[in-house]
Amino acid sequence: MEHRKIITVVNGTSYQCEAEPRRMLGDFLRHDLNLTGTHYGCEHGVCGACTVLLDGRTARACLTLAAQVHGHEITTVEGLAGQDGTLNVLQQAFKECHALQCGFCTPGMLMTLTELLNETDDPSEAEIREAITGNLCRCTGYQPIVAAALLAAQRLRSSTDTSFQPQPLPQE
Amino acid sequence: MDLSDLQPGALTENTRYIGKRVMRTEDDKLLKGQGAYVDDMHLPQMLQGAVLRSPHAHARIVSIDCSAARTLKGVHAVYTHADLPASARRRVPSMLPNPAIRLDRNQEILCSNEVTFAGEAVAFVVADNRYIAEDACALIEVEYDALPPVAECRAALLPDAPLCHTDAQDNVAAHINIGFGDIDAAFADAPHIVEETYWQNRGSAHPMETRGYVAEYHATTGQLTVWSSGQAPHHEKKNLVELMAWDPERLRVIMNDVGGGFGPKLPFYPEEALVAVAAVDLQRPIKWIEDRREHFLAITQERDQWWTIGMALDADGKIRGVRLSMIHDNGAFLPWGVITPYISITTTPGPYVIPAMRADLKVVFTNKCATSPVRGAGRPQAVFAMERIIDKAARTLGMDRTELRRRNLIQASQMPYDAGFIYRDGKPLIYDSGDYPACQQAALTQADYDGFALRKAAARKEGRFIGIGIGNFVEGTGMGPFEGATVRIQADGKIAVLTGASPQGQGHKTTFAQICAEQMNVPLESIAVITGDTSGISMGVGTFASRVTVNAGNSVYLAAQMVMKKAIKLAAFMLKCNEDEIVVSNGIASHRSDPDKSISYGELAKVSQGMPGFSMPEGFTGGLEETQYFTPAQSTYCNGTAVVELEVDRETGHIQILNYVMAHDSGKLINPMIVDGQIIGSVAHGIGNATLEWMQYDENAQPTTTNFGEYLLPMATDVPHVDIVHLETPSPLNPLGVKGAGEGGTIPATAAIIGAMEDALSEYGVEFTESPLVPHRVFQKLKQAGAYDRAVER
Repeated sequence: MEHRKIITVVNGTSYQCEAEPRRMLGDFLRHDLNLTGTHYGCEHGVCGACTVLLDGRTARACLTLAAQVHGHEITTVEGLAGQDGTLNVLQQAFKECHALQCGFCTPGMLMTLTELLNETDDPSEAEIREAITGNLCRCTGYQPIVAAALLAAQRLRSSTDTSFQPQPLPQE
Repeated sequence: MDLSDLQPGALTENTRYIGKRVMRTEDDKLLKGQGAYVDDMHLPQMLQGAVLRSPHAHARIVSIDCSAARTLKGVHAVYTHADLPASARRRVPSMLPNPAIRLDRNQEILCSNEVTFAGEAVAFVVADNRYIAEDACALIEVEYDALPPVAECRAALLPDAPLCHTDAQDNVAAHINIGFGDIDAAFADAPHIVEETYWQNRGSAHPMETRGYVAEYHATTGQLTVWSSGQAPHHEKKNLVELMAWDPERLRVIMNDVGGGFGPKLPFYPEEALVAVAAVDLQRPIKWIEDRREHFLAITQERDQWWTIGMALDADGKIRGVRLSMIHDNGAFLPWGVITPYISITTTPGPYVIPAMRADLKVVFTNKCATSPVRGAGRPQAVFAMERIIDKAARTLGMDRTELRRRNLIQASQMPYDAGFIYRDGKPLIYDSGDYPACQQAALTQADYDGFALRKAAARKEGRFIGIGIGNFVEGTGMGPFEGATVRIQADGKIAVLTGASPQGQGHKTTFAQICAEQMNVPLESIAVITGDTSGISMGVGTFASRVTVNAGNSVYLAAQMVMKKAIKLAAFMLKCNEDEIVVSNGIASHRSDPDKSISYGELAKVSQGMPGFSMPEGFTGGLEETQYFTPAQSTYCNGTAVVELEVDRETGHIQILNYVMAHDSGKLINPMIVDGQIIGSVAHGIGNATLEWMQYDENAQPTTTNFGEYLLPMATDVPHVDIVHLETPSPLNPLGVKGAGEGGTIPATAAIIGAMEDALSEYGVEFTESPLVPHRVFQKLKQAGAYDRAVER
């Protein structure tokens, strides 16, 4: 199969690669770029473990072809912490609220909630629950994840942290 | 120095770490996407496998043609049964014998002749990557001769039923009949007898990470290493040693981060042997990662049971006896013996005084995926049957459901209490501790049970149907025979804790570090816990049955204390003083009255590891390390009560949970934050079991729910806030006083939720006898009851 050229920016780093047309974005990230934080839980777009940000909006890496991200920007869980490895406000809240157990769904949860917190720094509990209905977690019962998102939002409102802000929607 | 030197219960009170909400040491790397799950491994030259599975539930293999697959570019090997080494041309070893088992049958590594469930492995392809491996699977031509399948466990017992295994005499895998007391007398002149039949359909555990294995072979050393996403590394190693005919000293199983387990990752599966066979054969690392559809087809499931249960009661509601017959659908194989259904029947008495009981159990083969413990492990079914029949008895007697329970609860003063059965650990089923009446009352108080009648009446005036349900349970946890831990002070003063019990999200590393740091008087950060590596410690049993904190936790506790004894002895020798003059603090041993005389744990470790010219104190064995395998005398029994208030939408059958109270007693809590997490998570699992998760097979035993669109897991909008009430009755059976906590939330959930649904619709007189209770079944029941023939009156 003829390979496709893929030029993309992942977590601020530019990559120029080639991949088979059928190669999925998740495999491309995990096995070609060695960014293994994005996980496959179902490979049919339901569980949300593979959620990444594609030009700032959530996308399923298991349903997106690698070739589709040519010319686009990706953020994965590896792009959330500070350069020095410091947890960001959402990651820190997850830790304090015990919002992860096995950690497998966590990257997808963090990416979905990053999108939510980019949209609003004052989400209600119901809005948070609604936002993560596309992310399945079998360990936590969700309650600590909801608590973590509320805590992160509260801290964002009372700080000068600018790491969460509205992302411009991609130009059509 | 031996264990008798240690102070029982020392350093569990007035603590720095034990009992504290310590944040987890596991979290940072997981939050940054730096976990080490099995599919994250990239070894040089690694190839990837894919499994071709039977599309038939029951068929004979006539022929397999792999020629096209073998010639596909990028394919390195295709294995069928005949291509396996002799040691692997067999069934997975049976490791849980029971005299009641009539046909102890596990699956073959690759099927040789007769496939007995849809999803059974038939061929294994190894290729450059998974895309090519799956392409090659599609090129393998298998000719099957279809055989009649047996799809349902009751039908399997009929005289003319097709045989699940054609070489068997019938479909009965095991028959067990146990009991105690005079059951005939209990029923003979009983003022009240209630009887009902209950059904619980199967589901699966669905950890978010599927199974996966990587195998690597070094020809020069003969070393075979397998990385697995499992629950019991030493168990997997034992199986591999047999199936590979391998030297156990050159076989290592490692479990790094594992993305959830909940039971089904415990048995040994053929794919693990397949990656090992291919790694040795091709001399390249091999990876196989299960996809979710395969997970639906081929990883074990649970709950499939039919119960007929009868209860005899006195006029005042005292239980006289319970008799039951139960049929357990084990699918096509017995990967975990008959443990699950045995747990079911022995869980039935629960927290109640039952003077007489008789249980008849038939474990049945069907041509479906095998069953083995899923979080709760047979107990949710028992609690469902028992609590539902008590609800029915209360209706019959015209007594409040909680009052009938209260009259029958075992009192705290009756502990230890012999429930009458022999438990699965082979020991009499003796509840060691707990205050069941206090637990039920705590849950009822927290749920404002007394105020419910008013709430229900008020809701009804608004045309809303709300109900309340209750579920009590007692759970055998912390089962032996043992789990071990090695504690070692390293030369840099850091402390390594090694245990064979591998975690899948339970926070073992934090919990063990808390226990160890407390005993050794060091900061938590000094401790590195290494789990799930068969080279770390020679023996291990595994992470299941809510047993690890009891077994491994107490091993850490004992080993750490033993190491401290050695450290103090050596420090006294080095500082030329008596042992009772040594005080330890933050990793330094010093003289009580002369603090300038001190030595760090690291320096002591260096000396202890042997330095030429240095002698040791008399009676001192080398190294500041100890290994302990704590062997509990018997299981320790945790207990709990769930009270659920919910609203049923009469028109659609959907529910909304309004209030969920879980009172729980798992003994001494090491880390209450982690225990809360276990309880809430296990409640969520129970909510899925009760209302959503329906693994469906059709009449040909074909699975028809094989993705997350057809099989629903609870979402964030399905799981409410869980209100936890902790009771802390320390277990007298282990020095830490701990009991298991990982399954308690799941066990009473189905009983409480479905009891609440029945209560919400009580005016229609519908009785719910099945789980999961999905909306269309509620609708059907209401329709049968004539609920839609008239408008809702307010």
